[in-house]
Amino acid sequence: MTATTIESDAGTQDVPSSEVRRDMYRLMVEIRHFEKRWMRIFNSGKTGPGHSSIGMEAIAAAFGTLLGEGDKTYATYRGHAHTLARGVPMNETMAELLGRATGLNGGKGGSMHLTSVDHGMMGSYAIIGAHLPVATGAALASKYKGEDTVTVCFFGDGTTNIGAFHEAINLAAIWSLPVIFVCENNQYMEYTPIRDVTAVDRPAADRAASYGLPAIEVDGNDPDLLHAAASAAIERARAGQGPSLIEAVTYRHLGHASADPGKYRPQEEIDEWIGRDPVPMYKARLVEAGVPAEDLDEMEQQIIQRVEQAADFALASPLPAVDTLMTNVWANGDSSWRR
Amino acid sequence: MTYRAAVTRAIQQEMRHDDRVFLIGEDVAKPGGVFKTTGGLLDEFGPRRVMDTPISEQAIIGAAMGAASSGLRPIAEMMFADFVLVAQDLVSNQIAKSSYMTNGQLPLPLVIRFNAGGGLRFGAQHSQSVENWLMAIPGLKVVAPSTPADVIGLMAAAVRDPDPVMFVEHKGLLSSKGEVPDGDIVDELGKAKVVREGRDATIVAVGMMVGRALKAAEFLAADGVDCQVIDVRSLVPLDTTTILEAVRSTGRLITVEENPRLCGWGAEICSIVVEEIFSSLTAAPVRITTPHIPLPHAGVLEDAAIPSVDRIMETVRGAYARV
Repeated sequence: MTATTIESDAGTQDVPSSEVRRDMYRLMVEIRHFEKRWMRIFNSGKTGPGHSSIGMEAIAAAFGTLLGEGDKTYATYRGHAHTLARGVPMNETMAELLGRATGLNGGKGGSMHLTSVDHGMMGSYAIIGAHLPVATGAALASKYKGEDTVTVCFFGDGTTNIGAFHEAINLAAIWSLPVIFVCENNQYMEYTPIRDVTAVDRPAADRAASYGLPAIEVDGNDPDLLHAAASAAIERARAGQGPSLIEAVTYRHLGHASADPGKYRPQEEIDEWIGRDPVPMYKARLVEAGVPAEDLDEMEQQIIQRVEQAADFALASPLPAVDTLMTNVWANGDSSWRR
Repeated sequence: MTYRAAVTRAIQQEMRHDDRVFLIGEDVAKPGGVFKTTGGLLDEFGPRRVMDTPISEQAIIGAAMGAASSGLRPIAEMMFADFVLVAQDLVSNQIAKSSYMTNGQLPLPLVIRFNAGGGLRFGAQHSQSVENWLMAIPGLKVVAPSTPADVIGLMAAAVRDPDPVMFVEHKGLLSSKGEVPDGDIVDELGKAKVVREGRDATIVAVGMMVGRALKAAEFLAADGVDCQVIDVRSLVPLDTTTILEAVRSTGRLITVEENPRLCGWGAEICSIVVEEIFSSLTAAPVRITTPHIPLPHAGVLEDAAIPSVDRIMETVRGAYARV
């Protein structure tokens, strides 16, 4: 087996440009504050449940700086981060989480089904593994049409034990499709440690060889390393060399879903990972590289303001009109199945 | 032309018509399909547009969904109807809900085709009829042609439709023949056909049951009972206008279907008729179905399960005796 493990030493990697690094940090801070604000709204009882990415922001941010027009993102129910990372406006995203008429999906999708086709955010999928075959199909369309667009499909470690994971990667591999499968290994399959229910140590990387792909494991809390791994995979896909499977090892600071305190995890483990919180870690690295801390602080303050505006926008937005209950089952906007 | 050849011609017609249309499935390209319904398509359209897949139903249906959401018009073959179940999450949780959950952002123009139905001694996992449970899922359209001409016209309608269509071919009809006009045939979804006029009762059927209903109607006519026969053709959208009008004129309704009795589509049609034109009925509607069992292998058992011409005749006669 070819082991292309990217080591956790940023010094040996090509460091992204200072502009890209700043962008990655900006996206991470946006996601962090957005998630925190939304959790406060959830805790006040004003919205339904969802799944936060706090602690895992670096992965979405790294890919977010690399994807462009025509590229497609598929996410899981834990998809707020990936949605924002595609440049989807915060206002409409927050409004969708709150089930408002102004939301991305008019309030019909909610936290687990965020979609903004105009931004290449092709959907958040709440059935484990279901979107890997779909992302494969989107990549098939790129190849069919002779476009050099790529599809990135994010999923959790638990997905690696679902049949669709294997079916999709096999198909993508035999047809050399431009799709990148990104396992966000946050080490818990809902409430159960992934290692307790998986026959291999690295749930995604150790299976890559089964499909003729290199094993790629990367520190999911290090934006620079993620950026390098993502760039290589995207380049490979755009060059027609086929899919990649990347395992990004990370940790969610909170529980599986908004109402889960995550108490099944040892406190030392939580402390250790919170000590490796990607947001302050990356800030320290940028400051060390010469970015003035005040600039980053100012950026953060502006982001906090924008997040507050998004929350105000969402909370003030109207609920969906009840007659939208019957719209858009069919492409003509209707739902009548009989005539 | 045979029903089998009509399937090939239908796909060919649509692939010639629109470069966005492609075909994927197990054994559809080089082998020409296990039912010999896709032979020659690879030669004409090449491996870019006619693709053999691994035995990976979720990957096939998912690929069709992803491609449809990216501007293509996939036709995915599931071989046997029973295999649709293997990818049922993709069908019912993903494809069917896509337009609604995204508030119209992602309607999916795709066709999933497969061979349904019994009569060929394939046993319980290769013989079932699936129309009833597919039509129960909001978001799917369900089409079941009974003649070669309908195969072509309805396939064209399905491929050109902006929504996901489950295209039910019947393996018991593959060798049957019918007139097919020259040139492109494009039909419309949601139109039932009165395939036999009659004044005494309306028999509503789908797929292989249409031919049996027609045969039964001929025998019944000789006995002085003049039955009208309706081929529903498209279960979703459902042409209740034609059905209600027909039952209004005859006052009697008999549905004939291959599904197990519980929750069969006949129950839905009976229910619509009773709710909306109860006063036009001169007798209670009658459902002819398979019993609530998986289909058996042995010929004598399978034949006893699936509605036959004799059973349709006897049931219609029985319905008259009760009045």
